[in-house]
Amino acid sequence: MSYRLQDRGRLIDRSDKITFTFDGKTLDGFAGDTLASALLANNQMLVGRSFKYHRPRGIVASGAEEPNALVNLGHGARMEPNQRATTTELFDGLTAVSQNRWPSLDHDIGAVNAHLSRFLPAGFYYKTFLYPRAFWKSVYEPFIRQSAGLGRAPEEKDADTYEHFNTHTDVLVIGGGVAGLTAAKAAADAGAKVLLFEQTAVWGGRSPVDGGIIDGLAASAWVDRTVAELEAMPNVTLRLRAMGAGVYDHGYVLGYERLTDHTPDKDGPRHRLWRIRAKQIVTATGAIERPLAFAGNDVPGVMLASAVRDFQENWGVVPGKRMVVATNNDDGYRTALLLNAAGVEVLRILDAREGGGGELMGEARNAGIRVDCGRGIGKVSGGKRVKHIQICMTNGTGGAMEEIACDGVAMSGGWSPAVHLWSHTGGKLLWDEAQAHFLPDFSRPPTGADGQAMVRTAGSTSGPMELAAVIQDARSAGADAANGAGFKAKTSKRPSVETATEAPMLPVWQMPGRADYHLKSKSWLDFQNDVKVTDVELAAREGFESVEHTKRYTTLGMATDQGKLSNINGLAVLANALGKPIPQVGTTTFRPPYTPISMGAIAGEARGEIFQPVRKTPIHGWLDAQGADWEPVGHWRRPYAIPQKGESVHDAVMREVTNTRENVGLLDASTLGKLLVKGPDAGRFLDMLYTNMMSNLKPRRCRYGLMCSENGFLTDDGVVARISQESWLCHTTTGGADRIHAHMEEWLQTEWWNWKVHVVNVTEQYAQIAVVGPKARTLLEALGGMDLSADALPFMAWADGKIAGIPVRVYRISFSGELSFEISVRAGQGLALWEKLMEAGKVYGVMPYGTEALHIMRAEKGFIMIGDETDGTVIPQDLGLDWAISKKKEDYIGKRAQARAHMMDPDRWKLVGLQTLDGSVLPDGAYAVGEGINANGQRITQGRVTSSYHSPTLGCGIAMGLVHRGPDRMGEVLEFPGTDEKTYRARIVSPVFYDPEGEKQNV
Amino acid sequence: MLILQCPYCGVMADETELSPGGEAHLTREGPGASDDAFHDYLFMRENPKGVHFERWRHAYGCGKWFHAARCTTTLQVFGTYKAQTTEPPKDIRDRITKARPGWTWRDYA
Repeated sequence: MSYRLQDRGRLIDRSDKITFTFDGKTLDGFAGDTLASALLANNQMLVGRSFKYHRPRGIVASGAEEPNALVNLGHGARMEPNQRATTTELFDGLTAVSQNRWPSLDHDIGAVNAHLSRFLPAGFYYKTFLYPRAFWKSVYEPFIRQSAGLGRAPEEKDADTYEHFNTHTDVLVIGGGVAGLTAAKAAADAGAKVLLFEQTAVWGGRSPVDGGIIDGLAASAWVDRTVAELEAMPNVTLRLRAMGAGVYDHGYVLGYERLTDHTPDKDGPRHRLWRIRAKQIVTATGAIERPLAFAGNDVPGVMLASAVRDFQENWGVVPGKRMVVATNNDDGYRTALLLNAAGVEVLRILDAREGGGGELMGEARNAGIRVDCGRGIGKVSGGKRVKHIQICMTNGTGGAMEEIACDGVAMSGGWSPAVHLWSHTGGKLLWDEAQAHFLPDFSRPPTGADGQAMVRTAGSTSGPMELAAVIQDARSAGADAANGAGFKAKTSKRPSVETATEAPMLPVWQMPGRADYHLKSKSWLDFQNDVKVTDVELAAREGFESVEHTKRYTTLGMATDQGKLSNINGLAVLANALGKPIPQVGTTTFRPPYTPISMGAIAGEARGEIFQPVRKTPIHGWLDAQGADWEPVGHWRRPYAIPQKGESVHDAVMREVTNTRENVGLLDASTLGKLLVKGPDAGRFLDMLYTNMMSNLKPRRCRYGLMCSENGFLTDDGVVARISQESWLCHTTTGGADRIHAHMEEWLQTEWWNWKVHVVNVTEQYAQIAVVGPKARTLLEALGGMDLSADALPFMAWADGKIAGIPVRVYRISFSGELSFEISVRAGQGLALWEKLMEAGKVYGVMPYGTEALHIMRAEKGFIMIGDETDGTVIPQDLGLDWAISKKKEDYIGKRAQARAHMMDPDRWKLVGLQTLDGSVLPDGAYAVGEGINANGQRITQGRVTSSYHSPTLGCGIAMGLVHRGPDRMGEVLEFPGTDEKTYRARIVSPVFYDPEGEKQNV
Repeated sequence: MLILQCPYCGVMADETELSPGGEAHLTREGPGASDDAFHDYLFMRENPKGVHFERWRHAYGCGKWFHAARCTTTLQVFGTYKAQTTEPPKDIRDRITKARPGWTWRDYA
């Protein structure tokens, strides 16, 4: 059983008692506890169930590398899954719920999977669920979905706030252990501006627990002194609870600061995402201890040796009264010695090395601890906690030499530098044979814009594990970083360090070395993803030779811990199975973030209303007051329809179309892009941009134009008006204004840079109101001020003047087929003109209309819409727009592409109208099917619907679509299977459903 | 996230201020071009592991297009220059030669 000691626990305050709940049980802890230490203090050793086999799992580690103790934290709007108990600081009222079990942690139905484990090997889901085919949808998929995943996703909107913070620094030091503090001091002494991050709530890293003497001070006292020195320096900023999450190009680093996770009642943002530009980065992220792979190494009570001593020294808790330590290196002895000093019985140190360890072994023996060399653990037995272990020869087959009863195991498989941040931007690694780990290859560091090293490692991240070497490495890393940032590092006295000398470690990838299948199939490599030694060996046998493939096949090193514990052991097993040296197998790619960061921190302030700016026209407020039903178009909001009281949106749309066709309607067209193109070469330039001729357009005239990409595909359309000899106003689609402006700039700046042309985007400078319908002219004449007769202002002409006393420019253009005037007015007077039109129009039945009515009316007229009839693969010729393509021009953007063989192919799908035989509305996007099936067993398709509406004018459904050789097949009936199981039958007709002669607009 | 200096306004611009425009120094092919030449212009691009010339626009800054000479593996920037040119300027080519003797990129080395 795990319990609290009375005289240990440097981080807890026993006078400050805290209450929390775990799985509904109320438990006590102390201020300074982590959730993990408090659970252990309450003898709660079982904390979760494993991902696949639902094996009982306990706490293994003491920090960010913890794979098992993941809990759902909080509830309601503050619920968050997969929170590591080891990095969760305890606070009063904390509620935690274990994961991956049902109905309860102690009695879990899913545990049956453990008995089925023979049938659930690596990659089982690729093999087991293929047949019978029909079972996939109804049986297999629901089962997999039910059992997949770790915690549950929160259902409510996050109640907390988050923020982003941008900063620049000369040197960023990540990691506040002795190495980070040393490096920060060295850089700061050189005068560099230093930012120092530590992911936990305390400075010092492992050193206060692991001991050693620096400059005559105990490590913890040296840490306190150094932190005080740094805090006194004006050029140093220190942050606790701040993690270096990711290192990116050119010194960009994301930091993740947890501000109120430990004090949730405090005001202010919960997390802060630091967006840092550092000239130099020092990663002093330490090293992570590796587990040993022996059978039953996942039973609760088996922990990393370093974690055992962390829990004891920091929080005063131990996993058992009778402990066994299994190690392949000297560091494991530190745990044994500390346990022994605290009065915990250490039954045995099993040292895998025949020759045992160095000084620390002597100390252990002197302390009366029995040390067996050349021995390891063959098997751990016990279900929800450790009961017995079998001792075996390190290199044997697992025959038990002895079985001893115990209630806790501390294991140490050696240490791996945490090289994650070094690797994020391409720092390379070397295999260190002696320590059996990857360390940074300093000849191939991540480089900055100047081609020089941008990231340096300090301390055990660089490879050395002994304190003296750690300090020395960190001093030079800090000095190098300061020099790299343009400062001159000072030479300082080398600190004196006292620490035990250690004997070499022995790589042990499977314990015992010649274990049989049965033992290996219970030897866990990746606790979080339930990957065992046998799974990796199976993957190797099945041909997954690349470590990246093995990772995906077995799930080794996936999920929230990303293989922090499992990586090296897994690689080594794979390398052995493949008969290759480990460095040849290599590692999987280290990607940010180091540990998961909250979605809230990533979003920062950008949520809700300020997620994205909303663009509003001058008439937006008026429409909103009328109850407009808004839809997003780019960053704009446009009214889909403006329903009257009690009216449905559909009914409103129908009314708006009919009223515009019969009386007069107003459309807020202000969002249409308006680009002013001016200069001596403007005409020549527009001739290159549009498919038709614009240079010969006469002043005071308008022309509809098409714009294509260099690939030939139609990308935008709109009406161009020639304003003067040297200036044209180009209208673009609402969503296209910025894109087309950029397109123009790109060609002007990078291809035709000698042409004298200026382009200005004046979209927001003008409001534009379309006055549409048979009574449009009457209404405008009622307001007075301009001659808008057909003679004075013919179709496709424009004129300047005043209407109702307001200066306007009137374009006589039509997108509805009705008599139509688009009135452009300075933005500041847009609303005034709109209100005058509404007021004066009352007697003529004026009503505003929205985008859906606009769509229906243009479809009735067979006008295409960019984005409906086009999708980036459609050329103007597909849409029957050959009339808008100049035959005279030698060149325009897209001309050569449209002459490519596939573009000229008569078998292309082309635009037609479609009318259902029964008058119903074709489903938008539906495909027309032909005879036969393709190579994938799917029905042959011969066309698709691009726009489809109910037309109140015609009283039936109308649609446009692209159909194989469509215009040659008028009158043919096509079949369109819907997703509603119905098949729609529609006849190919002309796309112009309404007023084909254009008589309505030419009055 | 890269930092590139805009050669027009002089700003050391974060990548979030910039929009990428692919390979620099393409020669436009028009209606007179053969199928092969036009195909290459439209679709074929250098994809070097090493020195690369690329187009960027200071989209959320001064709006100007410029070119950058950059190493795609180490992210070293050899220089940026204005887009109104058909080939990289000599000083930048010299700088690349100094840092990467024997480099090639089309025939600009």
